[in-house]
Amino acid sequence: MSLVKNSSEQCGNNRPRELTQNPLKKIWVPSCKNGLPRSTKQRKVCMTNCPTLIVTVGLPARGKTYISKKLTRYLNWIDVPTKEFNVGQYRRECVKIYKSFEFFRPDNEEGLKIRKQCALAALNDVRQYLTDEGGQVAVFDATNTTRERRETIFRFAEQNGFKVFFVESVCEDPDVIAENIVQVKLGSPDYTHCNTEEAVADFMKRIKCYENSYEPLDEELDRELSFIKIIDVGRRYLVNRVQDHIQSRIVYYLMNIHITPRSIYLCRHGESDLNVRGRIGGDSGLSARGKEFAKSLGQFIQSQNICDLKVWTSQMKRTIQTAEGVGVPYEQWKALNEIDAGVCEELMYEEIQQKYPQEFALRDQDKYRYRYPKGESYEDLVQRLEPVIMELERQENVLVICHQAVMRCLLAYFLDKPAEELPYLKCSLHTVLKLTPVAYGCKVESVCLKVEAVNTHRERPTNVDVSRLAEEALLTVPNHQ
Amino acid sequence: MPRELTQNRIQKIWIPSRDDKPSIPRKPVGGPHLANPPTVIVMVGLPARGKTYISRKLTRYLNWIGIPTKVFNVGEYRREAVKHYSSYDFFKSDNEDAFKIRQQCALAALRDVKIYLTEEEGQVAVFDATNTTRERRDMILDFGAENGFKVFFIESVCDDPNVIACNILEVKISCPDYQDCNKTDAMEDFMKRIECYRLNYQPLDPDQYDRNMSFIKVIDVGRRFLVNRIQDHIQSRIVYYLMNIHVQPRSIYLCRHGESQDNRQGRLGGDSGLSTQGQKFAVALANVVKEQNLKGLKVWTSQLRRSIQTAEALNVPYEQWKALNEIDAGVCEEMTYEEVRERFPEEFILRDQDKYYYRYPSGESYQDLVQRVEPVIMELERHENALVICHQAVMRCLLAYFLDKSADEMPYLKCPLHTVLKLTPMAYGCKVESIFLDVEAVNTHRDRPEEVKRGPSTLIRRNSVTPLTSPEPNKKSRMEGLDESIREMSPVPFTLCSTSHTTLTLSTQNLKKCPIECHETPQLCL
Repeated sequence: MSLVKNSSEQCGNNRPRELTQNPLKKIWVPSCKNGLPRSTKQRKVCMTNCPTLIVTVGLPARGKTYISKKLTRYLNWIDVPTKEFNVGQYRRECVKIYKSFEFFRPDNEEGLKIRKQCALAALNDVRQYLTDEGGQVAVFDATNTTRERRETIFRFAEQNGFKVFFVESVCEDPDVIAENIVQVKLGSPDYTHCNTEEAVADFMKRIKCYENSYEPLDEELDRELSFIKIIDVGRRYLVNRVQDHIQSRIVYYLMNIHITPRSIYLCRHGESDLNVRGRIGGDSGLSARGKEFAKSLGQFIQSQNICDLKVWTSQMKRTIQTAEGVGVPYEQWKALNEIDAGVCEELMYEEIQQKYPQEFALRDQDKYRYRYPKGESYEDLVQRLEPVIMELERQENVLVICHQAVMRCLLAYFLDKPAEELPYLKCSLHTVLKLTPVAYGCKVESVCLKVEAVNTHRERPTNVDVSRLAEEALLTVPNHQ
Repeated sequence: MPRELTQNRIQKIWIPSRDDKPSIPRKPVGGPHLANPPTVIVMVGLPARGKTYISRKLTRYLNWIGIPTKVFNVGEYRREAVKHYSSYDFFKSDNEDAFKIRQQCALAALRDVKIYLTEEEGQVAVFDATNTTRERRDMILDFGAENGFKVFFIESVCDDPNVIACNILEVKISCPDYQDCNKTDAMEDFMKRIECYRLNYQPLDPDQYDRNMSFIKVIDVGRRFLVNRIQDHIQSRIVYYLMNIHVQPRSIYLCRHGESQDNRQGRLGGDSGLSTQGQKFAVALANVVKEQNLKGLKVWTSQLRRSIQTAEALNVPYEQWKALNEIDAGVCEEMTYEEVRERFPEEFILRDQDKYYYRYPSGESYQDLVQRVEPVIMELERHENALVICHQAVMRCLLAYFLDKSADEMPYLKCPLHTVLKLTPMAYGCKVESIFLDVEAVNTHRDRPEEVKRGPSTLIRRNSVTPLTSPEPNKKSRMEGLDESIREMSPVPFTLCSTSHTTLTLSTQNLKKCPIECHETPQLCL
């Protein structure tokens, strides 16, 4: 959804303003007097009227940074400009060398001063991001364990017109905490010079420093604040005063993610007849090689010995045929269908250049936002795929058999790729990507099942101007029959 | 050997075929299988805490997104068993006879839950009663375990006297229990009734006793929530829904764009502009909006030109939603019905056979629309006053949600041009007012053809997006083991919204507003 904000300036009489269609996104907007589209400041998604400051709360090793990064990745993917501000980073810049947990002792005045300065520096950057740089959400990632610190932040937000939403992580399970420390603390710059035992011992003492002054969010004392308290890694949640859409979406997301180890397999359907002929879209069946791929995929899946694998396909013949070749039960999702190329469905790139040269150029200019006439854009795709992502977060082992543009969108979510890169991610036929969450990110293993296929990846040509020659436009078209 | 695929002719879904015959796919299509095994949702809370409100609203939502759901209200069973309600004494904890009856009512209701979930293809049953004691809840948990049902509790906790008084006035005073009382007496009796329950009320205890249960505690009408151990997708969706609904008074206005040029030519779909009549409508709509004087009105349009042009005339900020675009008619876009009949005669027939499931070639079905439009519904629930300027098929989907219409009825709901429907939540349902703006327009409604034979059952009925009307609650005419003999009682009319609203026909008279049609439900209480 996008907001078209009408300015107060209207036409002299009360006639509705003329509409023109933005040639890139195919959105109807009111035009200026001379017929050109008015450059309305279009906000991508109208979710909040004022920016939101998300504030994490919790002792060390409770997953605050994990949540901050994951949430930031998700919000950016659904087009809500978000950035995280990790106070620990600021501290590491300020205090070049970390000596020991003593820095965090509550009676270490020097330490306290520096830590406070770092927090303020981070808040300053938050303000800049939300006010001057077009950010919509800032995630302030620190322990924020005292009421006093939280009040400071709250006042800061109020002064600047930001909404505040707290995300607290509470966990007392020693196994979880130990695992966290192993996964993300041992490799921290703070502990490069330590061995494992020393690092763990020091970190446990560090946690102790915070424990005495920790004032968790309280149902009574903090009843006016907006927050979610996550208890024991998602076993229980306490949600207080959700103010608006974005907070509601954040809560929903946080309640759906989990940290149980699992893998997500992404691949495209096997090579299709239209692929071979260099045509986009359509609903054709698999070529002979595509069928071979389906068989290989089946063997590969068997070899992986995956526990309780779910298999998802789109509703297009080629993905279903592929799943049939694998020979396991599967579910069809219309949401996984390939991007709708509208009037360009089943054309070759050469034909698109011939019939719609301007469209072809516009697409190269901004492939993410470009919407095919009577079709979709990558931007539309992301919106369409969001429920799939949400369900993927809930699930454990899943194999998704989809399409080039769709796979690019899903991959961009998992690998935190920005909109500019998304449409050019390499997703070749007959290659399976195995994604395994690890630490704060995702490990990617690429498995090329040795069945030949055409290349369907078209790089961005150098000349994207509407005035370019056909040869320049078609320079990067991959070979086909 | 990979199986051959054929494309189901109505839904255009590829399924493995056997012996050249398109077979019924074994798995549901269109999305994940959402509620498997069946779930019993158990309401918990003192009287007048909104349990029935939540039960009915949630049931309506789940049915609309295609999950067969039904409410089992124990109070209804009690009213069947005990014909005449005398006073709150019935609910006193030392009233042994009454206690026995109430227990049996609960068991009868659970029996029906079991039948619904195991024999009638129900997927979710909402057990609507106070369930305020651990003993009662343990019994239900045992019942769930015996039958392989998941159990999810929804507790409503509220101690704000204003909210409670308001609830009592809205839905209790006019309840059959109190038809012979005046307001003050009814109120007084009901308050004493609540006290009877309060003495033995054991709220869900997340820290100890109930820490392994799956539940959501709704506190102070949604100010705060405590969510414990969500097990699966459907529980996650339920929680999300409950966190987005509110009880603030407001109205939702639904209308179509003004008459378009394609409308005048009888063409489907497309992206044409408004006709002259359509522009007149837009201006008239602006006047209506101004008249209604709504605070904080949100205006939403699709991304199609005719809907945006209509909004432009209102001179207020509006938001464009691609999700509100008209149903994609695929290869039939911009054709007239005659042209469709000529060029795609088979498609034309198939559509009439099953208009809800029918998907245009390279296009969409109503079933697809429901899925597409669900985030709009969720957002409408969050907001207060809203005006949605959309399209015929889309408006039918939205209306079906608000008025609890089934998949069968949805594609034939009457949504004429130049008519605004004002929906106002009331009690357990929705009041509908139809506002016809006196601007002529063509009629784009096609009735269900009489002569059409229903297609054979090769279609998927129970899958992820098949809106059903929330079924009538069970009426037990005989309670086993009771001493009293039970007379046959005619069923209490239980329409959330009757079908009379669908007779909104195009009127060319000088009417600014049609008479208000109220569709209220008979009040329910325990």
